[in-house]
Amino acid sequence: MTQNGTLGFVMLCHTALHRAAETARHWAERGCPVVIHVDKRVQKWSYDTLHADLADLPNVRFSDRFACEWGTWGIVAATQAATEVMLADFPSVRHVYLSSGSCMPLRPVKELIAYLDERPRTDFIESVTTEEVGWTIGGLNMERFTLRFPFSWRTQRWLFDRYVKLQRAVNFQRTIPNGIVPHLGSQWWCLTRQTLSAILQGPERQTYDTYFRRVWIPDESYFQTLVRQVSSNVESRSLTLSKFDFQGKPHIFYDDHLQLLRRSDCFVARKIWPQANKLYSTFLSDDATAQAGGEPNPGKIDRLFSKAVERRVKGRAGLYMQSRFPNEHWENGRTSAPYSVFQGFSEVFEGFESWLGKVTGTRVHGHLFAPDRVEFAGGESVFNGAIPDNAKLRDYNPKSFLSNLIWATRGERQCFQFGPGDNQALNWFMSLDANAQISVISGAWALPLFKSNLNFSDIRREAARLQKIELEHLAVLRHSATKARVRIWTLAEFVENPMEPLQTIVDEISPRSLRRLTEAPRLTDLTGFGQFLQNLRNQGMQPVLMGDFPAGDDLRQAETRRGRPYLVK
Amino acid sequence: MTAVANRTGAIRGDSILLLSTLRNERIRLPYFLRYYRDLGVNHFLFVDNGSDDGSREYLQSQPDVSLWTTTASYKKSRFGMDWITSLQRRYCHGHWTLTVDVDEFLVYPFCETRPLRALTDWLDTSGIRSFSAMILDMYPKGQMDAQPYREGQDPFEIAQWFDSCNYSVQRNAGLGNLWLQGGPRARMFFPDDPEMAPALNKIPLVKWNRAYAYVSSTHMLLPRGLNLVFDEWGGEKASGCLLHAKFLDTFAAKAEEEMARGQHYANSTEYRAYRDGLKSQPDLWCKWSEKYINWRQLEILGLMSKGNWA
Repeated sequence: MTQNGTLGFVMLCHTALHRAAETARHWAERGCPVVIHVDKRVQKWSYDTLHADLADLPNVRFSDRFACEWGTWGIVAATQAATEVMLADFPSVRHVYLSSGSCMPLRPVKELIAYLDERPRTDFIESVTTEEVGWTIGGLNMERFTLRFPFSWRTQRWLFDRYVKLQRAVNFQRTIPNGIVPHLGSQWWCLTRQTLSAILQGPERQTYDTYFRRVWIPDESYFQTLVRQVSSNVESRSLTLSKFDFQGKPHIFYDDHLQLLRRSDCFVARKIWPQANKLYSTFLSDDATAQAGGEPNPGKIDRLFSKAVERRVKGRAGLYMQSRFPNEHWENGRTSAPYSVFQGFSEVFEGFESWLGKVTGTRVHGHLFAPDRVEFAGGESVFNGAIPDNAKLRDYNPKSFLSNLIWATRGERQCFQFGPGDNQALNWFMSLDANAQISVISGAWALPLFKSNLNFSDIRREAARLQKIELEHLAVLRHSATKARVRIWTLAEFVENPMEPLQTIVDEISPRSLRRLTEAPRLTDLTGFGQFLQNLRNQGMQPVLMGDFPAGDDLRQAETRRGRPYLVK
Repeated sequence: MTAVANRTGAIRGDSILLLSTLRNERIRLPYFLRYYRDLGVNHFLFVDNGSDDGSREYLQSQPDVSLWTTTASYKKSRFGMDWITSLQRRYCHGHWTLTVDVDEFLVYPFCETRPLRALTDWLDTSGIRSFSAMILDMYPKGQMDAQPYREGQDPFEIAQWFDSCNYSVQRNAGLGNLWLQGGPRARMFFPDDPEMAPALNKIPLVKWNRAYAYVSSTHMLLPRGLNLVFDEWGGEKASGCLLHAKFLDTFAAKAEEEMARGQHYANSTEYRAYRDGLKSQPDLWCKWSEKYINWRQLEILGLMSKGNWA
């Protein structure tokens, strides 16, 4: 047995006492006195077992037991009692380290002792003013100190909340004794004998105890506040690595965190899963040779846990699955990646799809929402993610279909054709999706009709139907709530000057290439289209979406375009 | 329902329990038991629905198994749920209880390095009572009977493939649960009847209370709050997958037998569709099928989530 040194541990225990015993033994055998507090709610036989387990160690004490319900004074009372035992029974102790039964040393204790020996007057305790904390539960910061909390937050939440509301309503305020400034911080500290004795033996202790007894979660504020009254050398951080998740519950360490914990260079970590056998056998042995041994560096662990919290709170945009199904407008992005929707382009240009794929290097589909089948690029019958081209499966849940497609092809931009002949179920969904780039040449759906070999009465009926659908779609796209990047041209407007719109769209899809388009796809032949529209009018159907096409006199470009690529300098 | 072997006296206060109904699944049992013992299930409660292939005798001889038997109608017992519910009420109160079929294998975040108890402890401290694990249909490449399944074998050595991203998700307003469909079964057997495709949402792991009850298979529960295993405000809750080893060489015979018995849901529509599909010797595999590696892969693909468990 080595002689008792300058560092002592106070351990607050309530579960997994066999693990607490191992840790206590580890410290005690290495010359660190240990005072153990066991929650009063722990059964007698467990307590007796722990007592017996450690009976052979002369530098282990047990302190008076208090019931430690979360958020209540019991934890502070237990800490005070155990610390008093430590100060009284072990005069060699200079620093007292407050830990829990589920804490574990990550570095040899002699390194911690050496670290503290270099800083003999320093109090390590996270202690920040209420304005500066961002991590409190229930949105209560300063009010912890000015309201009363007779109801349990965990088991009487309804009453707790009502009582807080009531006190706010009547403007109730407790007075803080002696004008002390409340500070908050992690419960796990390492304080010097001087500081602790000044707090515990100070003349005002009774006043402060009476006050803090009714503060909410006093274990995060009692020592954190009072240390400012008595110590001039506060290092505001905890030497214990302890991370909290978004519910304010501590993150738990498992065997698979071994390497991460090793590299953290922290002295003590909590909370360890009691059955993490590998962690216990590794860190409670002396083989854990000194690492680089510098300052604690929990950066990697911080990132791991903050990522976990982010995943829980924000999730992955555009993912709909068994444990993430956001209500509308809470998606953080309706789809996972940008995509482009083209309406009318493959009617206006010949070979538009292959041209677009070549120019932008993206995946260009036909009409994904065509009535008979999903027109995947290359005529595939099944696509990324094993999405089949079956229209019935698609139409059974179009939203899932589209979000799946975009999710399954992350990293490769998807473009597809759309039109009034397609399933319109997602018009609102896409219009409200900031990832959607929707470009419409209105009235272009008339071109296939113009070229078809149908009876004119059927053409007229179909034209009326498609026009009605497109009008409704355009109204959606022009709605003030629209988040998609929407561009709409009439057919006449577009064919007059097709290069500029194409350039804009292509630049947006692949902004890095930023080069002038040298080759446009070939415009389809429009000879006679003006007359076709006039015929529709003569038959009593009013085409309103194409813009102005003079009847009889065809647009000038239409003739010159044929047979020659459209060239721009 | 009569007890064949009641070893429930061995259940301790913190035991993790597994419940299952089966009929003629002898060949699957050794691997099934090994898989869940390795995860840390402490006691198994089986209902045998009139097996005549030695399943009963095999289970009866297992030290950590309690076994009941019945020859009553599977259909009339709400597809076995009445039997399961009565066992749950008697033996599962206060226990983490996993209710699965013998061809369902639970995969959850960190399952390679953390036993089931690590998960249930974490669920306890997080105040979570129910844990979602969607059915993930696994299938072989090529015809189903090309690679025969041997007793004791990991079925996913054969059925290695799955569909990664063709699942339909919608909300069931009545009970508040999600309704998932899709995958190879919808793709191959229900292309013309998508709404008839089997539900894939499951909530198999529950901290049981005698007031709880499964409503339809393990798809949803009462009270409704237990079905809220998903986040509605953009975040992700932790979830797993039930790897489904249904599509092995044993499947064709099973489909035939179950059709004949007519004991399954919706007049066995599902099995009828399978049988009709199977006549054309389908290959569920397609060029976009994903080969199974581990839970991390499923997490990255978005089929399950770690939530805030790290």
